[in-house]
Order: sequence, then C-alpha cells, then structure tokens
Amino acid sequence: MNNNETSPVPTIGRAQELIYELKVEQAMTRAVVAVSPENTMDDLRNIMREKQISGTPVLEGDTLVGIVSIEDLIKSLAQGQPPAKVREKMCTNVVTLFPDEPIVFALNQFRRYRYGRFPVVDRKSKKLVGMLTKGDIVRCLLKRLETNNIQAELCQYRPGHLFEDVIADRSALTLRYQVEGGNFEHAGNGSSRLKNSLLRLGIHPEATRRITIASYEAEMNVVVFTQGGELIATIEPDRVTVNAVDEGPGIPDVDLAMQPGYSTAPDWVRELGFGAGMGLPNIKNNTDELKINSIVGEGTNLQFTVNTIRADG
Amino acid sequence: MTLHEIIQILQAEPILNGEVRDVTVQIACGSDLMSDVLSFAKPGALLLTGLTTVQVIYTAEMADIRIVCFVRGKKPQEKTVRLAAAKNMILISTFLPMFESCGRLYQRGLKGCSGI
Repeated sequence: MNNNETSPVPTIGRAQELIYELKVEQAMTRAVVAVSPENTMDDLRNIMREKQISGTPVLEGDTLVGIVSIEDLIKSLAQGQPPAKVREKMCTNVVTLFPDEPIVFALNQFRRYRYGRFPVVDRKSKKLVGMLTKGDIVRCLLKRLETNNIQAELCQYRPGHLFEDVIADRSALTLRYQVEGGNFEHAGNGSSRLKNSLLRLGIHPEATRRITIASYEAEMNVVVFTQGGELIATIEPDRVTVNAVDEGPGIPDVDLAMQPGYSTAPDWVRELGFGAGMGLPNIKNNTDELKINSIVGEGTNLQFTVNTIRADG
Repeated sequence: MTLHEIIQILQAEPILNGEVRDVTVQIACGSDLMSDVLSFAKPGALLLTGLTTVQVIYTAEMADIRIVCFVRGKKPQEKTVRLAAAKNMILISTFLPMFESCGRLYQRGLKGCSGI
C-alpha cells in the first residue's frame, strides 16, 4: 500500500465519520458565562469584553429564558436609547440542543438558523449544561483527528522489523514478567502483557494464541503452587520460547502430572476455573516443544517453544 | 447470530459494552472450567460461564474471546468488569442456568466448538 497516495482520503473520511460519531456534549463548553435578565446592556458589554465572548445565555435562577449576543448589543447602542436591561433586548425564542445529539445535527442547526451559538440543555430537566459554537466543534474535531493520527502512527510502527534491522548471526529479544505467588487478582496479568507484546511485535495471532494459552496455564501453576516466579519469553525470528521459572516445591512425578485429569491442586483453585489436571496437557497441546525440569524442594523450570511466522510476512 | 439476538434469546442484561449489538458470533462454548475453555474454545466464540472472577477475562483474552455471558444470574465482580473494560470486551448476564442458556442458543442455530 502506498501511504502517500492514500493518506489524504482517510483523513477526510475520518472527519466525516467524526461528525456523525461525536455528540454535542463532547464538543460543548461546559463552563458557561451567563447573565441575568436584570443585568443592564452596559453590564453585558463589560462581561463580553472581559470574557472575550460574543454572546451569552440569559438565566433567571437556573432557567434559560433567553440568549443575548454582540449583535443585540450593537443594535441597542446604535439606537442610542437610554440604558436598557438585558430582558428587553435578549432573544427569547431560543433554539437549544440536547447533549446527546450528534454533531452533524448541530451543524445543520447552525446552517439553518445562522446563529453563532446554541445553548445545550438537559433533555429531562431542561437546565442549561453548556454552550456550543462552531469554534467548539472545530476544536473538538481537530483534537480527535490529532489523537487518531497518533494512533495511526503507532500502528505503522512495526517493531517486528527489529530482526531485519539488526545484524547478527543469531538474535533474540527477551521479555520478563514477574509472577506473584498466591495473588489471584493478577494471575494472568503476565500472560496478558506478553500477549500484547507478541502481537505488537508482529507475531502471528494464531501462534500468539497458542503461546499465551500455554503461558497462562504455566502462570496459574506458579501462582497456585509456589511463592512466585517469572515468565521469561525469548523471541527469535522463527520461534518463541517461554520459561516459567519458580523456586516452588517442585513436581515429584512429572509423567504423572502430565496425565490429563491428574491434579494436586487444592479445592479452592477449582473455584477459579483451574485445578482440574488440564494445565500441563493444555500446555503440551499448544506448543511444539515442552521440557520440564523440576527438583523437589528447589523449583521448576517449565520451558516450551512455539514455532512462529510473523504476521507481516 | 448477533449480540442483539443473543440478549433477546437469553433475556440477558447487558453489563459492559452491551450497546454494540450488531457484533456477531458463529460459535459458543459453555464451561466453568477455564482450562477447558483454553483447551477447546475457538477464537471468536461466545463464552458462557458461571464463574465471575478475573480469571474468566484473562482466559477469554488468551483464547481470543470477546463476548462473555454469565449464567444463572451471576454478576461479575467489579474488578472483573474493570479488567474486561480495559480489554474492550462485552459482558452480559442471564438468569437462565448453563444448560438452558446453551440449549436455547443451540436450538436457534448457534454452533459449538467441536466443529460437528
């Protein structure tokens, strides 16, 4: 794909998508400056100058009763009338927006009424919750597009090319994840982070699935049976090897432990959905090589390898 | 089968991201044993389970499962929902027990993971 040719089109497309996706509440200004109908037009002039705004809603208590803009102020000044109150000059036929309406609807209202701003009121209580100007919409869209571009750049950055960029007879990348013994709230977190990293590195999703199913089972064993340990993933161009290493009690009879259904796990482990003697057979089924070195009283090193082809080639 | 249909068939209550109703699944897997799920479930399946711990979410993540339905009226723990939210999963809950949930979905054409 040639990015230079295609990139302008998705950008326009994304902006168009955004005006349908985004809601009024995501673009509106929440900290609204308002005036009372009892304020004079002179007060209004000062407020507008101070706050650098060109229009404000008029609130009586917390009820929206009107809207007054710089045009009303100019008209009032041009007529050279004695000092008037906002109540006399404001527009009372206020068109409002609801926070959950899409931006595309708001844009249509701007086109239809040619107003510079719309008060946004809560659908139920009809209380003022914000103001929306075209400037708010533009700012919101630009911010979203910028976020989108950053995400797109991140996607284009493919660390899988790492192995092509380094020159060596043999290269490997090692990722290590600590596993806390007995901590079930985080049991799976190591494999979860490993999975994200493998996908980011461009390892094929199917291989990633096999690796992380095996590493999750191995991680559960470390959490259930030991005081803790480590998952060490070694990524090479054509394979991923994971060592689940612990200093736990060790496995007295590895052959017996490999039999489906054989388990020494306590009952409460079953409440977590494990401990049915399927862990090691699962690891074996998902991997291309499995080695278990275990010494009772010293610890276990469970090592498995999955052959991989990278997702991008 | 769409998430919308699944919610209707199971009279389920959406818990997380339930509004993404046009997402579809072709197969499902029902188990309280996560090792079985890791062993037999196919990527993209719907998972039905009575278990509500974070291990369900980690299991679904490893097995490439995005939609989890908790059966027999179980509601997931808050930390389970938080974890699922971080992984952009969809969670729903039905009062129906496991057998009846699976039975209703199977009857309406949703297949299992055996490939038969």
